[in-house]
Amino acid sequence: MREITLSQAVNEALAEEMRRDETVFIIGEDVAEAGTPFKVLSGLVEEFGTSRVVDTPISEPGFMGVAVGAALTGTRPVVDLMFGDFMYLIMDQLCNQAAKAYYMSGGKLNVPLVLRTNLGATRRSAAQHSQSLHALVAHIPGLKVALPSSAFEAKGLMKTAVRDNNPVVIIEDKLMYNDKAPVPEEEFLIPFGQANIKREGQDITLIATSSMVQVCEVAADILAQDGISAEVIDPRTIVPLDEDTLLASARKTSRVIVVDEGHQSYGITGEIASRINEKAFYHLDAPVLRMGAMDVPVPFSPALEDLTVPTPEGVARNAHLLVAGEMIHAA
Amino acid sequence: MTKTNAEDYLRMYRQMVRIRTFEDNANQLYLSAKMPGLTHMYSGEEAVAVGICEALKITDKITSTHRGHGHCVAKGAEFKEMFCELLGKEEGYCRGKGGSMHIADQSNGNLGANAIVGGSMGIATGAAFSAKFLGSDDVTVCFFGDGATAQGLLYEVMNMAALWSLPVIYACENNGYSEYTKTEEIAAGSITARAEAFGIEAFQVDGQDVLAVNELAQQLVERCRKGEGPFFIELMTYRYHGHHVGDINREYYRSKEEERDWKDNRDPIIRFRTWLIGEGIASEQDIEAMNAEIKTDAVDAVEYALKADYPDGSEVDMHVFTDIKHALA
Repeated sequence: MREITLSQAVNEALAEEMRRDETVFIIGEDVAEAGTPFKVLSGLVEEFGTSRVVDTPISEPGFMGVAVGAALTGTRPVVDLMFGDFMYLIMDQLCNQAAKAYYMSGGKLNVPLVLRTNLGATRRSAAQHSQSLHALVAHIPGLKVALPSSAFEAKGLMKTAVRDNNPVVIIEDKLMYNDKAPVPEEEFLIPFGQANIKREGQDITLIATSSMVQVCEVAADILAQDGISAEVIDPRTIVPLDEDTLLASARKTSRVIVVDEGHQSYGITGEIASRINEKAFYHLDAPVLRMGAMDVPVPFSPALEDLTVPTPEGVARNAHLLVAGEMIHAA
Repeated sequence: MTKTNAEDYLRMYRQMVRIRTFEDNANQLYLSAKMPGLTHMYSGEEAVAVGICEALKITDKITSTHRGHGHCVAKGAEFKEMFCELLGKEEGYCRGKGGSMHIADQSNGNLGANAIVGGSMGIATGAAFSAKFLGSDDVTVCFFGDGATAQGLLYEVMNMAALWSLPVIYACENNGYSEYTKTEEIAAGSITARAEAFGIEAFQVDGQDVLAVNELAQQLVERCRKGEGPFFIELMTYRYHGHHVGDINREYYRSKEEERDWKDNRDPIIRFRTWLIGEGIASEQDIEAMNAEIKTDAVDAVEYALKADYPDGSEVDMHVFTDIKHALA
């Protein structure tokens, strides 16, 4: 199978969906000729023109609001938010308006909108361009949240997102834009709410999202050398969450670490760990362990920044301790 | 192009009286503790909603505010579904899930009231974006109050609307008060000048004169359809009640004399009624008969809504997502 980058995968998905459906358009800062700072959208304006690849002023709440209104009235906007950190700027439009319109109208108004943005530290961009804020939006009823972990997922999930009749937040790992993965040439979609078992194992389950899937795959390699068989599961979407697959794995291996790049406190790792505790408690041989990003603003200095994100070695070390039956506290 | 026949004038009068009558009944429901929560009365501002909405087609869109019953009625909503919504009943426009502050009626192009002050400015601008994108000639009117001019979102979306020549009319209902504070204490400089800074043509009009409002709205709507939008209107009006129905002792921010002056001397319904009779368009008897009929309609609708069913408890997790019937199942 051919290999393409995550960036190309997103670009292809959007181009295909824009060809299929004339009501789909892209709106955001420097999305047209510039193709975004990461060049993810390069070439789209040449094919679809500036009426469908719409450059805006630097007004995140403004263009988010415009997109909500457009989605309510017959079009399907794909909002490009340059950095995930800017989600704070659009919270009212996303969480008070887009997320609630269908419910507040008793099912009469709906918002078929995609918000695509990114997450991920270790790019030496410091505290306001490095955050992984998916927990903020996953907390809000009415929003679906997809976290692609490779070019394959990025394409399949984006196509599903564009066709969804609800607001969908799809958050890409900005460090992965140039990473290649096998992606079929023929059309495919990845349904929401279906976790992917990346690697089967017997001794411990590593549930990993987005950027942490690669981390856990490397950790599983390390563990394999030590004779520990780790199962790696990527939920792909955290709303909806494929609880069944996660629980089945927890019951099978009896040990679970949840790894995610959002801050650890009040985050995705805690939510998933709690669901497993509630529903698979009697199958567990150890407490479910959370490994999130350190609860500090992301520092600039490489010497500090690298300490804040889970690493393969860290995951492997904790897995060893769990398998050995030692009580530990997440670092 | 102004309204030139008696039928149109009488419909405008009827719609203004319908709003006032709706609000009188809603207020009674609150005062008699039959309505959950509270609500914000539009009484006194009727000429604004009616003058503008009478210039719109059914497919034109509006966005509304927490003080939104007037917009909802003026855009074509029915009493029965509105009272049901205010009482949280299943037959309400939003199946009781929105209530007074979120009432929406998409069948008549009302994209909804909004409980975030200024929260619908993006939505209105986006609806206008859609109209242009899809090649329809629909116009969107964004209703908001003077208080909402303090929100930054307004300036972001007016900038985009002007850059992209969107068919949207920003209708600022200046009722003199931003909640419990005089507008002059929250708004520096001129409100219309803010729109003009973006190159948007802005107008100020007497919001108690339905004919003046309607004449201006007709002109601007037609110009929007020709691609000459956006526009901005500041409508000088007055809120008879407090910020909400529970805001009764309000002399610390507004005198009774001031309220009496607006009610006695500038009431939009009395003014228009006097004009209709003076012009020979309607007689006293015609007007009284219309008022009585509307009153009966409202009483019937309230009675119906009070007896109507609440939504079944199973609806609590419905309408979270379009494709998942029960979100928590």
